[in-house]
Amino acid sequence: MKNKGTKKVKRGLAQMLKGGVIMDVTTPEQAIIAQAAGAVAVMALERVPADIRKEGGVARMADLEIVQRIMDAVTIPVMAKARIGHFVEAQVLQAMGVDFIDESEVLTPADDAYHIDKREFTVPFVCGARNLGEALRRISEGAAMIRTKGEAGSGNIVEAIRHLRQVNDDIRRLASLPTEELVSVARDLGSSIEIVRDVAKAGRLPVVMFVAGGVATPADAALCMQLGAEGIFVGSGIFKSSEPEKTAKAIVAATHFFDDPVKIMEASKSIGAPMAGLEISQIPKDQLLAGRGW
Amino acid sequence: MAKRPTIGVLSLQGDVEEHLHALRNADAKARGVKTAEDLEKVDGLVLPGGESTTLAIVLERFGLVKPLRELAARGTPIWGTCMGMIMMARSVVGSSQPTLGFLDIEVKRNAFGRQVESAELRLHIDGIEGKPFPGIFIRAPWIERAGRDAKILATVDDKGVMVRQNSFLGTSFHPELTNDVRVHRYFVEMVEQALVKG
Repeated sequence: MKNKGTKKVKRGLAQMLKGGVIMDVTTPEQAIIAQAAGAVAVMALERVPADIRKEGGVARMADLEIVQRIMDAVTIPVMAKARIGHFVEAQVLQAMGVDFIDESEVLTPADDAYHIDKREFTVPFVCGARNLGEALRRISEGAAMIRTKGEAGSGNIVEAIRHLRQVNDDIRRLASLPTEELVSVARDLGSSIEIVRDVAKAGRLPVVMFVAGGVATPADAALCMQLGAEGIFVGSGIFKSSEPEKTAKAIVAATHFFDDPVKIMEASKSIGAPMAGLEISQIPKDQLLAGRGW
Repeated sequence: MAKRPTIGVLSLQGDVEEHLHALRNADAKARGVKTAEDLEKVDGLVLPGGESTTLAIVLERFGLVKPLRELAARGTPIWGTCMGMIMMARSVVGSSQPTLGFLDIEVKRNAFGRQVESAELRLHIDGIEGKPFPGIFIRAPWIERAGRDAKILATVDDKGVMVRQNSFLGTSFHPELTNDVRVHRYFVEMVEQALVKG
């Protein structure tokens, strides 16, 4: 008996991506460069986050023709973004056959109260989180993978590190609590007691967790990996750098050999200038993306 | 009783932890391996699930192709799951992607379709007793053609999804994502037998 779109199969694809780098691309040519550099998947977009930030306006699901051309150009999995709560964009992306949907705060939210019920879909979803409560709410809604949010398009790793440390601290704290305290912790986290018990027992999320939002250099990627990330999303960091091909290869190498400083050093040499970065405090409050999602 | 064998899991990319965990449950010592030196210290090797396009590039870039060929030539048992089986194949349908060629098979990548076609199916496996095995297929390959020495151990819709050729084993599916350790146990026994033969 065939059984498609099960929890195991959806979470399983994320498990296959572990230790890898997922790169934002806006054209088939960029997708081919990403694949040749060793990306484990690409995120098909109309604009990278740095441009969304610069140009403003409402950011929606990408032009489907671009997504299709990217799907035709590479053999690695292709992801695409839907707006938070926009389950029809997600239905359309599933009908196209994308391999993963990112319900993403980088796009303008379509619903200011509710996320998509992701359990209903055959295609797996990845969602952003800043802390354990947010991660567990997304997993309860059916997310098969979590990425820390960071601050997309900033080229500044500080928010990604804050969120990664926060999730890990939350999990460590949970794992150390006596079991009778877990019910009220679950209430505070806004999450079900079953999933809180699972996390406390396993000492980790029940799905794979990557880092996103601000990775710009090989050392940034290795820092996240050493802090316990299971893989890396790079948005603007590749194609907004001066040498995208070299930067892509270097970030892949630093992710695979994250615990080997000599290999990270070798990867970091002669790769041109990284993308320009933004000081988080200089970004107007209403333009911060990480606060989107509930 | 013979000493427990040490089995390496190539830990560059993919579901490494899941294999380490399953191998330990199947009574083997298990460790991640990343370099040529690491490969010298193992009695058997698992190439985990992951992205084959990515791994092919990484093996080439970091000079691991030759050490892997030498390991295979010494008769060390090697098992590839999904991506790992693709890497061990002689060739890939419609692709010039370089492979290691340990198994005399031609594989078709993403043969079942894109992720929305990924599925759980029950399998009957030659040499594994008891209830059907829970096969988890994720953007999985199948075996399009197999040479005389490559014995197909399980099929889905008449397509090979598990193969053994001497000390080499390949599966399209992911036993490491289940709690059923029978396929891991099967491989550990292959490694134990190879150690006895020396």
